[in-house]
Amino acid sequence: MLAEFLQYLFTGITIGATYALIALGFTLIYNASHVINFAQGEFLMIGGMATVSLTAMGVPMVFAVVLAIILAGVLGIALQRLAIAPAKQADVVTLIIITIGASIFIRGIAQVVWGKEYHVMQNFSTDQPIQVFGAVLNSQSLWVLGIGAVMVVALVLFFTKTLIGKAILATSMNKEAARLVGIRTQMVLMLAFMVSALLGSVAGIVVAPITFTSYDIGIILGLKGFVAAAIGGLGSGVGAVVGGLALGIVEAMAAGYISSDYKDAVAFSMILLVLFFMPRGLFGAKVVERV
Amino acid sequence: MFKTMMRRAGKCAAVAAAGLMMMSAQAAEPIKIGSFLSVTGPASFLGDPELKTLEMYVEKINEEGGVLGRQLELIHYDDVGNASSARNFASRLVRSDRVDIIVGGSTTGATMAAVPLIEQAQVPFISLAGAVVITTPVKKWVFKTPQSDRMAAERILSDMKDRGITKIGLISGTDGFGSSGRTQTLEVAEKMGMEVLADVTYSGSDTDMTAQLTNIRNTNGVEAVLNFGFGQGPAIVTRNYAQLGMNLPFYQSHGVASDGFLELAGSSAEGLRLPASPLLVPDSLPEDDPQKAVVQNYKSEYEARWDSKVSTFGAYAYDGLMLAVRAIEEAGSTDPEAVREALENIKGYVGVTGEFNMSPDDHNGLDPDSFRILEVQNGEWKLID
Repeated sequence: MLAEFLQYLFTGITIGATYALIALGFTLIYNASHVINFAQGEFLMIGGMATVSLTAMGVPMVFAVVLAIILAGVLGIALQRLAIAPAKQADVVTLIIITIGASIFIRGIAQVVWGKEYHVMQNFSTDQPIQVFGAVLNSQSLWVLGIGAVMVVALVLFFTKTLIGKAILATSMNKEAARLVGIRTQMVLMLAFMVSALLGSVAGIVVAPITFTSYDIGIILGLKGFVAAAIGGLGSGVGAVVGGLALGIVEAMAAGYISSDYKDAVAFSMILLVLFFMPRGLFGAKVVERV
Repeated sequence: MFKTMMRRAGKCAAVAAAGLMMMSAQAAEPIKIGSFLSVTGPASFLGDPELKTLEMYVEKINEEGGVLGRQLELIHYDDVGNASSARNFASRLVRSDRVDIIVGGSTTGATMAAVPLIEQAQVPFISLAGAVVITTPVKKWVFKTPQSDRMAAERILSDMKDRGITKIGLISGTDGFGSSGRTQTLEVAEKMGMEVLADVTYSGSDTDMTAQLTNIRNTNGVEAVLNFGFGQGPAIVTRNYAQLGMNLPFYQSHGVASDGFLELAGSSAEGLRLPASPLLVPDSLPEDDPQKAVVQNYKSEYEARWDSKVSTFGAYAYDGLMLAVRAIEEAGSTDPEAVREALENIKGYVGVTGEFNMSPDDHNGLDPDSFRILEVQNGEWKLID
């Protein structure tokens, strides 16, 4: 009984941590620009696929990971510079559509470069699973959770302790005022894209040994990450983490106790319920329109 | 006077010459083989080797003098895995290209979308898709080369029975392949007096099936587990199965019978069994196996020509084309009704997929034994039965 529950919980937390990292990426860009970046899933895919192909070329794992993260970061900057920045005057909806276009473009390139097959990545440490009270925990899950936690702490420090982080926060609160005190908001926007690309690629890399990776893995994981962000309240960092974990756990419990047929239905009814009663999500900021 | 006669004679000669040319054109007019395949798009792993196979063997047959002294002409369209474009292309094949026979339809969806139209146009059609609905109930003009999922279920369950297993746990994908396989497994199990104690599913995009497998593990009395699925899902199931330390005999379906699956599942696949085409183990077939030569030839010719690994899906196209050729040869013409009848009466054609024995009530012509049971041993396929 307990073993069963723990098993579902482990499964849920692992996948939930991934959702949380993706949701954080959404949150970052949303805060900086009110744009929902639907290419977030593609950063995840780039992270995993680049690592796999680099290791296949004989690059040691650690370097491959670093290179893949850098590649994703560059891609994030390129996305902002080449696709978002030129449409400066466009409204948010147009920008969101641009990110959808960009995601299709990136996926297309990846398909040509890396092919359509699924690829395996080795576990970071042992393949041997860990036994906890009769439940089994994949050692990679610990990596996902650990790295997820490190990323969250790093983000918190980045936003509260560094000038750049504070600049991003300031821009998200009031763009005009930020510009008046000398913050280069375009620069901030670019940084936001870069950081969220880094986050996405890290998520993609740590989770790849569990889920495999392929050129289209970003679609569904990106969507789930968005759902997590929306449940938590778009724009809230805590919300993204809580939303991601909650979504993952609810999915796993539904698959285990009810039926895997209803797993996605349960997850999506959850977002309906939350948005119905708390339209701004669990931790969404109250918006007061000043006249 | 003489001039006009000369002119008339000239005209006659011109007409006669033109007539002769037309006649010789008639005699050498190629046999048109139409095809619509999913060469790009999500089902390209089916369509791509199928098209390569068709192109390569049409070329080869033409070099060897064609069929009935006529050359073959392959008219091909790419349906991108989309059922409605499959239907449009089928319509173009029968209406404007006026093909003599159609070999194609990579997916069940594409095939079934084109069937009503082809039936109406009365053109023989050999489908390369798997589901049982294509030839059950029998449709007059429709044939197919792959074994159905029902045969796979029969083959797996009878292998289980041979090992004394009667109570199983079933985990299947919710996609078309998985859910059809699930239905067939449940039916066959009932017919064979076996019990499906646990019946769980996962969706194609799931990244962790530990929860479903835990469910099966906690069901009392399960003696073996069967996973009916396609794509990367079964590989994840296999890994989770190993992680959970489940020791029951584990079966997969023919949907993952490829070397790519072994690569994904890695050492977790050790010991699992599945029904597959002999194409995966051409060299371990016994010498007296009638399929051995066919399978080895196809494999070496394909790999030499395209420099890529042979796949079971390409073999469906090989068998489709060869059945078409044989039927046209036997009919002695491309008259659709004669070709259809010849197809229906093909007996003992040894192909890559199996030995085909068509009949008016069986437009597939294969039996479950055409599947070989393979087991993964030391990371390689091993022929068991």
